[in-house]
Amino acid sequence: MQKKSRRDFLKLLSMGGAGLLACTAESGASTGPAVNNEAIGMLYDATRCVGCKACMAACKRVNGDYGSLSYEKAKFDNDGLWDAPSDLSGSTRTLIKLFKESDSRWSYIKYSCMHCQKPSCVSVCPVSAMTKDKITGVVDYNKDTCIGCRYCQVACAFNIPKFQWDKSIPQIVKCDLCVKTNLREKGITACAEVCPVGAIKFGKRRELLSEARTRLQENPGKYLAHIYGEHEAGGTNHLYLAAMPFNKLGLPELKPEAPAEFSEKIQHTIYKGFIAPVALYSALCFVAVKNMKNHDASADQEAQQHDREER
Amino acid sequence: MGHEHEYQKLEGKIFTKAFFVLLFIVAVGFFFVGVRFVKGIGAVSNMSDGYPWGIWITYDVATGTAIACGGYAVAILVYIRNRMQYHPLIRSAILTSMFGYGLAGFSVMVDLGRPWNSYNFFIPSKWQANSAMFEVALCVMTYSTVLIIEFLPAILTAIENTRGDRLRAVRDWLHPKIAPNADALLNKLELAKAGAAWLKPRLNKVLIFFIVLGITLPTMHQSSLGSLLLIASTKLHPLWHTGFLPLLFLINCVFIGYAIAILESIISCYAFDRPFEIDELSGLAALIPWVTVIWLSVVIGDLTYRGQLLAAISLDFYSGFFLLEFFLVGIGSAILFSRKNRRSPRWLFVSAAMIVLGGALYRFNVYLIGFNPGKGWRYFPSFAEVMITVGIVALEILAYKIFVKLFPVLPRIGLHSQANSEA
Repeated sequence: MQKKSRRDFLKLLSMGGAGLLACTAESGASTGPAVNNEAIGMLYDATRCVGCKACMAACKRVNGDYGSLSYEKAKFDNDGLWDAPSDLSGSTRTLIKLFKESDSRWSYIKYSCMHCQKPSCVSVCPVSAMTKDKITGVVDYNKDTCIGCRYCQVACAFNIPKFQWDKSIPQIVKCDLCVKTNLREKGITACAEVCPVGAIKFGKRRELLSEARTRLQENPGKYLAHIYGEHEAGGTNHLYLAAMPFNKLGLPELKPEAPAEFSEKIQHTIYKGFIAPVALYSALCFVAVKNMKNHDASADQEAQQHDREER
Repeated sequence: MGHEHEYQKLEGKIFTKAFFVLLFIVAVGFFFVGVRFVKGIGAVSNMSDGYPWGIWITYDVATGTAIACGGYAVAILVYIRNRMQYHPLIRSAILTSMFGYGLAGFSVMVDLGRPWNSYNFFIPSKWQANSAMFEVALCVMTYSTVLIIEFLPAILTAIENTRGDRLRAVRDWLHPKIAPNADALLNKLELAKAGAAWLKPRLNKVLIFFIVLGITLPTMHQSSLGSLLLIASTKLHPLWHTGFLPLLFLINCVFIGYAIAILESIISCYAFDRPFEIDELSGLAALIPWVTVIWLSVVIGDLTYRGQLLAAISLDFYSGFFLLEFFLVGIGSAILFSRKNRRSPRWLFVSAAMIVLGGALYRFNVYLIGFNPGKGWRYFPSFAEVMITVGIVALEILAYKIFVKLFPVLPRIGLHSQANSEA
C-alpha cells in the first residue's frame, strides 16, 4: 500500500517536473510582436545637443505640479537658485549629462523613459498602474492605482522609473511624453518644444527612424552607425543618435528580444490560462481523498480488530 | 483528520522572561515601522532606485515564505504521499506557516509605497495576468486564509474544552468598573463552546479540500517567486538568471520546508524540555537528500547547458556566494544519507540548519547578491531596516510561544512509542 503510493507520488512529481521542463525549453523559440511605427516618440541627437538643459527646466516647469516634481538643490547652493539634480530621481523625469573621455572626445546625453514597444514595467505591474496606449504607444503611470511595490524599477532594463524615497506619500516618477500636460495642450513634448538646436525631434516612430537614417547617410563620419532604440529590448519609441558608443553614455547594451517576452512566455506556459492550477488541484484532491478513505477504512478495521480481541 | 488525541497544549506560564525580551525587540521594530510611515521609506532603509527591493522583500517575503513552507512540505507527505505517521507534526508546521505568511504579508504592507491602493488586487479590471507579482499576491493572500482555516480545528478544540480559567483571570484582573458581568460572560462562553462543538465536525468533513488547496497554492506562488526575477535578465547575474528559476524555487521551498520542520521540532523540544520526536524526524530527514539531489542536478545541468560552469567555479564574488549556497545544501544533504546521522538530534540539527541556510542563501543570491542594476549602485541594509525585520521575526516567535500554550498544537508526548507498539 505504502509502496504503491510512493510510486504514485513520484510519478506525479516527475510528470509535473517534466511539464515544467518542457515549458521552459519551449520558450526558446520566439516570434516577436509587430512593431508599432505609428507610435509617437522622440529622436535625441547627441551631436546636436549643446547641454543647455532647457529641456530639463521645461519638463519640470510643465510637469511639476501634475507629476509631483520638486526642485533639487545642489550642496553649495544654500539659496536654492538652481535646480541641480544629479540623476533621474523622484523629482526629475529627464536629465542631461556630459560624458567626457578627453578634451576632444565628449558627448551630452539625455535620459528619460524610452517608451518601449514591449515595456517591462507594464508587463510586471500587478495592478495595471503602468499602461501602454495602443495607438500613441505612450507608457503612462497612474498613481491612483499604484501600490508602490517598485517591481517596475526592478524590471526596467534602463533603470528609468524612480521612486520618491523621502516622501510619506510617495509615487513612481517617469516621463509620460507630457501626455496630460504639454502634449494635450500643444501637441508636442515640453523638452522637444524648447530645444533651441533641434537636438530633440518629436514625431511618429516611422518619421523619426527615416530622419535618423537620413542623418546617418548624409554625415557618415559624424555619427556612430547605429540608431539606439531601433531594436534594443524589442524596440523603443525614444531613439538616439550619437558619436560615441552608447554603453559609454550610460545606455545599456541590450538584446533585440524584449525581456518581457521571455518572462511572460514562461509564466503563461506554466499556467496555461489557469488550466494547469485547476488540473493540479483536482489531481491532488483525488489522491488525498483516496488516501483519507483508505486510512479511515484501515483505522475502522483496526478498531474492529481491537474490539474483537478485547472480547 | 479528527486526530485530537495526537496533539496537546503545552502547560506553562505565558508571561516568561523570554516573552518580555521578545516583546522589547518587537517594540523597537514597530517604532521604526512608525518612522517609516511618517517620514517615508528612505528615512529607515538604504534601498535606492537601483536596489528597489531590500531585505524586507528578500528576507521577509522571498525567504520567509520558504521557511514557512513546513506546512506545505509536511502536508504533501501526509496527504499526498499517504504517510499518516507524520500527522502529529502537521499542526505545529501549519502554525509556523500561518505566522510566516501572515508576517510576510505584514512586511509587504510596510514595504509597499502606496499600500492604501492594495484594494486594486480585488478589482478585476486592474488584474494583470502577465505579472508574476499579481499571481504571488493573490496566491499568498488566499493561502494565508487557507492556513487559518487549516488551523481552526486546534482553536475550536481549545474553545470546546476550555474551562474558562484564563478568561476569568483576565476578568478578575480588570478594574471592577469595566469588567463584564460574570454570569453573562459564562453564558457567552457556553454559547461559544456550543458553537465550536457544532462547527468542528462540519469543518472536519470539508477540511481535506482546504488542505489540498493549501498544497496547490504554494506550488503556484513559490514557483512564481522565482518567476519574479525572470524579467531582470540584464540585472541578475547569469549564474542565477535562467528559465528554470520557477522550478528551482519550487524544489528549493520543499527541501527548506522539510529541513525547517526538523529544526523547529528539535528547537521546540529543546526549549520546552520535551523528548525529541526522533522517529518522525529521521523519516523526514531521509526524504531531504532526494529532493536536494534533484535541485542540485537541475542547477548543474542548467549551468552546463548555458555554458556558465566556468563562471561558477571562477572564485570571484558571485562564484563565491554560488559555491557557498551549493555546498551548504550539498554537504547538509550528504550528512543525511547516513542512517546513523539521521537518528542523532545533533546531526539532524546541523544538517537541517545547513540546508535551510543554503536554501535561504540561494534566495538571497537571486534577489540581492546576484542582482546588479548597473554601475554606481550599492546596497547594504540599514540598522532600522534590519530592526524592522528582526522585530517581525520576534513577533512570529512570540506568537508561536503563546499559541502552543493556548491551543493543542504540539505532538502528544509518548505518542510515537504508542503508535509503534500498535503497528
